[in-house]
Amino acid sequence: MRKRDLSYWLFLMPVLAALLLVVIAPLLLGIYYSFTDWNGIQTKGFIGFDNYIALFQDERFVDSLWFTVKFSIVSVILINLIGLSLALIVTAKLKTNKALRTIFFMPNLIGGLILGFIWQFIFTKAFAGFGSIVGIESLQGWLSTPGTGFWGLVILMSWQMSGYIMVIYIAYLEGISKELIEAAEIDGANALQRFRHVVFPLVAPAFTVSMFLTLSNTFKLYDQNLSLTGGGPYNSTQMVAMEIFNTAFGRYDMAYAQAKAVIFFLIVAVIALLQVYLSKKREVEM
Amino acid sequence: MRKKHLVPLETAGIFLALIWLAPFYLMIVNSLKTKREIFEDTLKPPSTVTFENYVQAFSELDFLRTFTNSVLITVLSVVIIVIFSSMAAYALSRVKSRLSTIIFFVFVAAMLIPFQSVMIPLVTIFGKFEMLNRGGLIFMYLGFGASLSIFLYHGALSSIPKSLDEAATIDGANKFQVFWYIIFPMLKPITVTVAILNTIWIWNDYLLPSLVINQKGMETIPLKMFFFFGEYTKQWHLALAGLTLAIIPVIILYFFAQKEIIKGVSEGAVK
Repeated sequence: MRKRDLSYWLFLMPVLAALLLVVIAPLLLGIYYSFTDWNGIQTKGFIGFDNYIALFQDERFVDSLWFTVKFSIVSVILINLIGLSLALIVTAKLKTNKALRTIFFMPNLIGGLILGFIWQFIFTKAFAGFGSIVGIESLQGWLSTPGTGFWGLVILMSWQMSGYIMVIYIAYLEGISKELIEAAEIDGANALQRFRHVVFPLVAPAFTVSMFLTLSNTFKLYDQNLSLTGGGPYNSTQMVAMEIFNTAFGRYDMAYAQAKAVIFFLIVAVIALLQVYLSKKREVEM
Repeated sequence: MRKKHLVPLETAGIFLALIWLAPFYLMIVNSLKTKREIFEDTLKPPSTVTFENYVQAFSELDFLRTFTNSVLITVLSVVIIVIFSSMAAYALSRVKSRLSTIIFFVFVAAMLIPFQSVMIPLVTIFGKFEMLNRGGLIFMYLGFGASLSIFLYHGALSSIPKSLDEAATIDGANKFQVFWYIIFPMLKPITVTVAILNTIWIWNDYLLPSLVINQKGMETIPLKMFFFFGEYTKQWHLALAGLTLAIIPVIILYFFAQKEIIKGVSEGAVK
């Protein structure tokens, strides 16, 4: 097959057409719209950076961005800590380790929308019921305050994604040769030392992969946000993805929403490029 | 030989697993109660098991139709993604040229673009062409799903020697035959991974169908669930029965194919 062959283009055409119409054209058109006063149907023309200037003074947008950043940082740390712990447990020679893996991973097969609804019941009803039995006042009224809304989302995402991250850590942990660990054991290293000096350096690449995977998933979160808190109370738990959606399809401020969407794209792209840079750097060092 | 020090670890693992299962347990237990009994106590098992809630949720969700809609969209999209992505990856991996490198790079770079950044113009463009329907939706899934799929196929193809293609060509096979009869069967392991990753994503996707096929009778499970839940927010007995119904198909699939699913997900993430 050569470049000039017809078959080369026939093989490529369907996906190229789809990518062009579904991703590239909307991206470019979106950037253009963000500099206009487009209302979804028509536009009077360019208005320069007006949309961009406005959005940085837009409390709703800035708040949602700040909430997303806080949520992502806390979730990334927790998910990776829990995910690694689960991986360490299920890679030990346990009788139950297969069943445990199956259980921890299970939430990832179910859509975020449905998981959010299930947890809405857990937080608002089961927490309250459990709280009144054991007499813990702070288990009442979950999701009705900004704080419990935040932690509700963090708990839901940790529960869901830890099992996913666990699978990634398992892949790296099982790649470590048994001889290496045994050699360290014979040399007198205790369990903690073996983890710190043998296992940890070898799973380090898994950290880069897992951190960025969780970061990009939590930063772009929409479904769970929609179904668990709906952004409430009083928009206090509204994340960027939902803010963009509401600006566009709730308030029909299309060009303005698109400017927010472009900023969102730039942030996600910077995060991704940082990951590429860091993993390339690690490869060079090794 | 099993060691003694593993006992605390195993206990911790089982304890955590119970916590992990608790939301599912509470969902199922309460879906079998009456509204009144949920109000009285959420933690206890039901005093008398009632399937009333399921009967009502089943008909309110129009479950057979909704389920069929989901299956139709997911299966068609995944089949199309598998066929066209593997073909494209084959062309890109066999023709080593600057153009191929650029096209491959564009596909990989497209993975970085968040859905919300293209969502508004996408709906506008497809609306203009009157393509906000199931056909349009499946085409969109090809556009969004192609990148990762091509990336995975491209990696797998690099380990299949070119001499195989050449031998088949000498035997008189044309390019489509070479690909479909020789190369594609050898890609089976990665096809399983590609199919699993795309199935999980498309089956559970809510936002895109909500923008594209938001019409009565066409709803997929997440879409229907959203409206159902909105209607029965204060009636947890029905909402929970509906939620349980919605996840049963996934759990059944997981039960039969968990090894492939976990393997597929870990491959997709690590690469």
